[in-house]
Amino acid sequence: MATAVSAEEMRPLGSSEDVVVVRQVVRALAVKLGFSLVDQTKMVTAASELARNTVDYGGGGTVRLQTITDGKRIGLRLTFEDKGPGIEDLALALKDGYTSGGGLGLGLGGAKRLSNEFEIVSRPGEGTRVSIARWR
Amino acid sequence: MTKVASRLPDILKRHDAAILKEWVNEQLSVSRPEAMKESALREHAQRFFGLFRDAVQSGELGDVSGPAWAAVREMLGELSQSCTTLGYTPTETATFVLSLKQPLFTRLRQEVGRDAEALADETWAVTGLLDQLGLYTTEVFLKGREDLIRRQQQDMMELSTPVVQLWDNVLALPLIGTLDSARTQIVMENLLHKIVETGAAIAIIDITGVPTVDTLVAQHLLKTVAAARLMGADCIISGIRPQIAQTIVHLGVELANVVTKATLADAFQIALQKTGASIGKATAR
Repeated sequence: MATAVSAEEMRPLGSSEDVVVVRQVVRALAVKLGFSLVDQTKMVTAASELARNTVDYGGGGTVRLQTITDGKRIGLRLTFEDKGPGIEDLALALKDGYTSGGGLGLGLGGAKRLSNEFEIVSRPGEGTRVSIARWR
Repeated sequence: MTKVASRLPDILKRHDAAILKEWVNEQLSVSRPEAMKESALREHAQRFFGLFRDAVQSGELGDVSGPAWAAVREMLGELSQSCTTLGYTPTETATFVLSLKQPLFTRLRQEVGRDAEALADETWAVTGLLDQLGLYTTEVFLKGREDLIRRQQQDMMELSTPVVQLWDNVLALPLIGTLDSARTQIVMENLLHKIVETGAAIAIIDITGVPTVDTLVAQHLLKTVAAARLMGADCIISGIRPQIAQTIVHLGVELANVVTKATLADAFQIALQKTGASIGKATAR
């Protein structure tokens, strides 16, 4: 069955304060949807990584938080979007230990491993969209 | 600013009681019941109107930042701040000032109504004047909020970084909340200073109070551990809860070179062993 969206909200991502807010909103939403403590933590951590990427590398953007259902399960989907410089080499960016900034180089790959579904679309010069989902 | 030859000072002088009454009645008719109490409203209105009338007599109608308006500004500042503590919205405070327009316009129309051009000029002057005063209340309100936020931020910086001595040569750093870079910098400096000060051999960093450990937090922790090691102190990271442990594994953060423990008590025991101390129950002989 196709995935349906039952609730949706948008949040701005412009500064590191916004990253803190997004973490709190994601946690509250995950609690509301009845996620286990481990799943809450995974989703919040993945959101933190991607939100920070949006702010630091994408020059700011937005996150869309969606409550989704496929008829049997419910889940949480987060879509991070920026109009930044984009990513030249996606495979390289996803490789553990690679960073174009000063980080550990684990954020993007880590976020992928922390979620059930992961999708990234990026065009150099146009921006990046990363979408993750986790089912309860 | 140029002085405007307005008839407003004269009108205010002659009709002050009537205008004040109209203004108060106007406000009482529109204000929501839980807003300003009637007695308080009357008192504020009377005080403001008195000061306003006196300031208008100076003829300085174009600019409210001058000395003639100092008393009015002070009164509005006080009002705006007391309104904040009493829970009024900035809109309500500004409306208090802006609602004076209607009774003033009515008077102006009665007094100079025959001369359309003069009426327009006078109305424009009054509008400009009251708008400035209304905006001023909002400005004071915002400034109050900003001061509050800055104070709280500073409080948090101070609060969140205590380094405590648990035992001879053993320090503990209980971390709480978000580890953004500004705070982490302070945490790191505090810990390193305390290591020098006390000559501690072991520092326990407890992250029980850190809700999310992502790669940035992990990186900060690893850097702190590395810096402490350079100064001759070993670090133990404690307070790693099950969900945090799983998340760290998924992230792929390498903590193999750091001693980690689930609880601060476990970490303390290790620290005691390493420093050659021990604690036990006193045994009866």
